[in-house]
Amino acid sequence: MVQPGSIVGGLLGFLGKLGASVYFLGEILRQSGIGIARPRLVVEQIHNAGVLSLVIIMTSGLFVGMVLGLQGVDALSRLRQEDILGASVALVLLKELGPVVTALLFAGRAGTALASEIGLMRATDQLSAMEVMAIDPVRRIVAPRFLGGAISLPLLTGVFNVVGILGAWFIGVYVLGVDNGAFWSQMQEYVDPEDIWEGIFKSAAFGVAASLIAVFEGYNAVPTAEGVGLATTRTVVTTSIVILMLDYVITAALL
Amino acid sequence: MAATSTRDLGTGLFVLLGFAALAFLLTQTTDLDEYRGDSGYRVVARFQDIAGLKVRAPVTMAGVNIGRVEKIEFDGDRLDALVTLRIENRYDRIPDDSDAAVLTAGLLGSKYIGIGPGGSDTYLADSSEIQLTQSAIVLEKLVSKFLFSQAENTGGGQADP
Repeated sequence: MVQPGSIVGGLLGFLGKLGASVYFLGEILRQSGIGIARPRLVVEQIHNAGVLSLVIIMTSGLFVGMVLGLQGVDALSRLRQEDILGASVALVLLKELGPVVTALLFAGRAGTALASEIGLMRATDQLSAMEVMAIDPVRRIVAPRFLGGAISLPLLTGVFNVVGILGAWFIGVYVLGVDNGAFWSQMQEYVDPEDIWEGIFKSAAFGVAASLIAVFEGYNAVPTAEGVGLATTRTVVTTSIVILMLDYVITAALL
Repeated sequence: MAATSTRDLGTGLFVLLGFAALAFLLTQTTDLDEYRGDSGYRVVARFQDIAGLKVRAPVTMAGVNIGRVEKIEFDGDRLDALVTLRIENRYDRIPDDSDAAVLTAGLLGSKYIGIGPGGSDTYLADSSEIQLTQSAIVLEKLVSKFLFSQAENTGGGQADP
């Protein structure tokens, strides 16, 4: 018997969870035909995960972009290269900060909501009640939420990037006096379509990972008040770590 | 029922906003025209040494961007670099005796191809070859050449400390 607190125990627990969540993903994908059979369920979840996250995403994007504008001008002015502010901000946002920060915010805003909602359904035996009525809870509850989250995150990332670039543009051009034409033309010179696809690919992968972890933790929550709280906490912690690790792996694979 | 329709409207707007954002990024942050498909005609040029020229480096004439480097191959028979340039269709009146050189932007900047105009009445067309080429100037070779000439000038290769 492996001790629960030991490193080996932790590793075994992690591997078991990884396997179980991959199996769960297969189950969800097998049941995701509900997106076509009853699209309204998915639309509702896009509303919950996407529309309701829009304000936090846009606010964060604006301030991240504005701080990039400030720091960018400060750093680039030491090299007398303020003109490439647009290019550097766009590349940083499109390739790294946009997908990662959006996914972390998404985990905090939408992931916790998903996990606690499904966890509470588990704790109050609603999921068991569905099974008794011969309704598959994975099909009726989990799959639409997973699809809604996975669809929403890339769209939110796009919004985050645009707002961020506009924030940096406002600070750089109107407050700190970077040339407006140079800002955009240098950006168009140095940003390739591949950079944008890289960001979209990343955010799609993060969307699948963040949504999967949230529904997995919620679905497998211990059916008590404490268990639901733990599941919600674990969702944020696990999603944050997984996203940062995935980010490194994807970047290393694509570069 | 009213609440549902507002929510649907909001969701639709959100999806639209997301795709509009992606469209903005794809059109505003990058210059799509230069990458669009097969437009333009191809011209090849052979160089002894391209020294760090990259695919998609700009091709310029009089300092104006007129195309991109599309392909760089090593010719195993002639032991030189075979570079394929894609030049935009609207620049179709480049004399066929023009010369191409691998140049450097700034002192240590990235490499690009500069085309100097010739005087011929016939023009470059698809798959024609630029005959006059000048290879890249490699900084190390230049420095060693300079050092050797310095050594010769001071006599007997005894450089002062």
